[in-house]
Amino acid sequence: MQNEKLDSTSTNEVATKPKGHAIDISSMRRPSTGLSLKDEKIAIEVEDLRLSYGEKEALHGINMHIPENRVTAFIGPSGCGKSTLLRCFNRMNDLVDGCSITGKILHEGLDIYQRNVEVAELRRRVGMVFQKPNPFPKSIYENVAYGLRIQGINNKRILDETVEWSLRSAAIWDEVKDRLNDSALGLSGGQQQRLVIARTVAVKPEVLLLDEPASALDPLSTLKIEELIHQLKDDYTIIIVTHNMQQAARVSDYTAFMYMGDLIEFGNTDTLFTNPKHKQTEDYITGRYG
Amino acid sequence: MRVPFKKWFKDGDPWVWLNAGAVAISLLMVFSLLFLIASRGLVHFWAHDVLEAELIVEGTKNKVVMGEMVDTESVPAIQLKEAGYPVPDNVEFMDRHLLKMGNRDVHGSDFRWLLDSILVNRHYPENVITLERREWGNFYGYLVNVKENSQIVESGDAAWDAFSQRIDRSLEIHEAIHEIEKTEIGHINSQMERLRLKQRSYELNDALSPEILADLNAQRSVLDGEYADLQQRLIDLYTEINRDAATMRTADGHVIEVKLSQIVRAFQPNKMTIGEKMSFYVEKLIEFVTEDPREANTEGGIFPAIFGTVLMVIVMSIMVTPLGVIAAVYLREYAHQGAFTRILRIAVNNLAGVPSIVYGVFGLGFFIYFVGSGIDQAFFPEALPAPTFGTGGMLWASITLAILTLPVVIVATEEGLSRIPRSIREGSLALGATKAETLWRVVLPMASPAMMTGVILAIARAAGEVAPLMLVGVVKLAPSLPLDGNYPYLHLDQKFMHLGFHIYDVGFQSPNVEAARPLVYATSFLLVVVIALLNLSAVAIRNRLRERYKALEV
Repeated sequence: MQNEKLDSTSTNEVATKPKGHAIDISSMRRPSTGLSLKDEKIAIEVEDLRLSYGEKEALHGINMHIPENRVTAFIGPSGCGKSTLLRCFNRMNDLVDGCSITGKILHEGLDIYQRNVEVAELRRRVGMVFQKPNPFPKSIYENVAYGLRIQGINNKRILDETVEWSLRSAAIWDEVKDRLNDSALGLSGGQQQRLVIARTVAVKPEVLLLDEPASALDPLSTLKIEELIHQLKDDYTIIIVTHNMQQAARVSDYTAFMYMGDLIEFGNTDTLFTNPKHKQTEDYITGRYG
Repeated sequence: MRVPFKKWFKDGDPWVWLNAGAVAISLLMVFSLLFLIASRGLVHFWAHDVLEAELIVEGTKNKVVMGEMVDTESVPAIQLKEAGYPVPDNVEFMDRHLLKMGNRDVHGSDFRWLLDSILVNRHYPENVITLERREWGNFYGYLVNVKENSQIVESGDAAWDAFSQRIDRSLEIHEAIHEIEKTEIGHINSQMERLRLKQRSYELNDALSPEILADLNAQRSVLDGEYADLQQRLIDLYTEINRDAATMRTADGHVIEVKLSQIVRAFQPNKMTIGEKMSFYVEKLIEFVTEDPREANTEGGIFPAIFGTVLMVIVMSIMVTPLGVIAAVYLREYAHQGAFTRILRIAVNNLAGVPSIVYGVFGLGFFIYFVGSGIDQAFFPEALPAPTFGTGGMLWASITLAILTLPVVIVATEEGLSRIPRSIREGSLALGATKAETLWRVVLPMASPAMMTGVILAIARAAGEVAPLMLVGVVKLAPSLPLDGNYPYLHLDQKFMHLGFHIYDVGFQSPNVEAARPLVYATSFLLVVVIALLNLSAVAIRNRLRERYKALEV
């Protein structure tokens, strides 16, 4: 509630802007943290992205700028397209039959949907962690080393170093250092999820996409994952999809609210939660639907 | 408390009983089948007591008969009466016994049905000797004397010890002769054949220069020299083995002379204790599993058939597994899932229903006559007109069965691939792996238990097939094993023996039906055991894989 006064001034500006899904950067000012999209370096630009499954359009022209080295959360009711949008960033939707995409996603200035883009290399640079922990039925060590081995790195010393560094980054090293050769399937759900994050971090991506990473976990494991997200944001651009609004409020710097395939509102997290511009956003975060 | 019928019915109890009953009946049928073939087959190797009895013959003196009682049955009296036997009026059924009388060289036939009522004065004389011979089947009778170079060295009851010692000696010599004939001379023959083929191929290419010919002839003369040495050793061994003989007397007084070289085994069954009989039984069982067959497959062992069956199944598995897996991966992972793939899948499933003999005909027509003769003309012209691959053999039999079992492997592998969770594939792809890398490093290892299931089903089906094999390379008696010490060691072009065909051959093509019958059961039992062992080893591999990739159950 501390920003109420400042935010009230910015909402006046919004009223004068034409309606649409373009993001009003000036409305996101939040002096308490100094975070504003206008000042950020942009990692990913989305321009008029439309996606349809067969005849049915699931995303109706999304425009947004994802800031670098920040945590951006996507919230919205089930089926609003937030996971679908997330999966566009590493072209995971390519695997879905009958999925077609128009518009552009620029990652470091390059359109990732261009023909000559190497999808495997893109996916290495834009890592993804899924809703359910999905470790491979291999040892803990081999799970983390997997991405490196795919790149043809088999040098024992490099692998050892990277595995340790990744597991430390994912705050799981102390728990597994004595059983690196045990099966990853013997870990608890929360440990598995952190292992998967370690596995993703190991290939040194620039962007981390987290698709409801804590929804299958207990509160304690959730807390650990959230702490981890805090630590990781210094080095990575993180985009997280979540059902849990408290989680979005806790972990993210920016939040995007989506509804029925549209981006309704996108801005500074504190602003969005304390002083939403749109009625739909307000209804959602106050629990009137969703 | 009485439960009302309606409630009992509604509870689902009847269905539980029905299901349990079905399982019980299935189990009962399987076990009674196993019990039947095991009991009928395995009794054959027991050292049966030898019966001596008198046969009442109307009008003349009683006749003495001797033999093993192998079967007893009741027959309607009328049937016997019509066959001309003297039958009392007031009986409906009469027992009769099947006596294995052996001595085929003396009596002509070695099995005889005898009525229980005319068999009198039955006793089991202690000093009866059973001889297993290399020719003419068993001999039952008494030992008269033992001869060395036609001179009597021992006679009467005391001759037994000398007799059995001399049999051991002749068996040793026989072993040596066998070793020379089979292995050493076989080796020389195979080298000679290769020299001949080499020369022929030079001739065909018009490249046979005098130097090459001289070289070939030099090699040949070396081999000839070795052969002559072996021949000399063989002659010596044959004189040795033919040194001893024994005079035997049958129960009804015929006296014959038996060469000891002709004897495989001699024993006095009526004198043997239970312990001796048991160790004898084990010895016979081992012989059955490890030795070559004798006397048109009705005696001796069936090792070549076991070997052929197992080797063929292994070669078949090696061929069918990669092919089936690759096909399934394409169908499931790469092919566009449309009408065409659906039709293809239906076609594959239907292939599993084609009668196996049709595959045999296909194998004969396509592989042997078309591919095989093509290979012969291209690669083995020097051996023609004798075919190398243009005739049935291990390779063609294995390939034919591989095609026969291909649908099973494809279906099982596809099933396994479709069960790998999407999240695991996505996890790999999200790390920058391509689809092929994901398949190779994650999906295929996880689907390997399903592939093994396919291989298990394939083995179960292939090991039991006989019909197609008869067209593509199985024979009654193969001169040598398809795997031996002669280059190139594994002879996939050779014909081979097979347990299934062995059963058919012994059961239906044997001149001596009664002697063959227990072997049919014993071989059937062994076939079941071999298939079970092959399956169990595949199951063991699958369970290990499952343990390793048990993520599937999550």
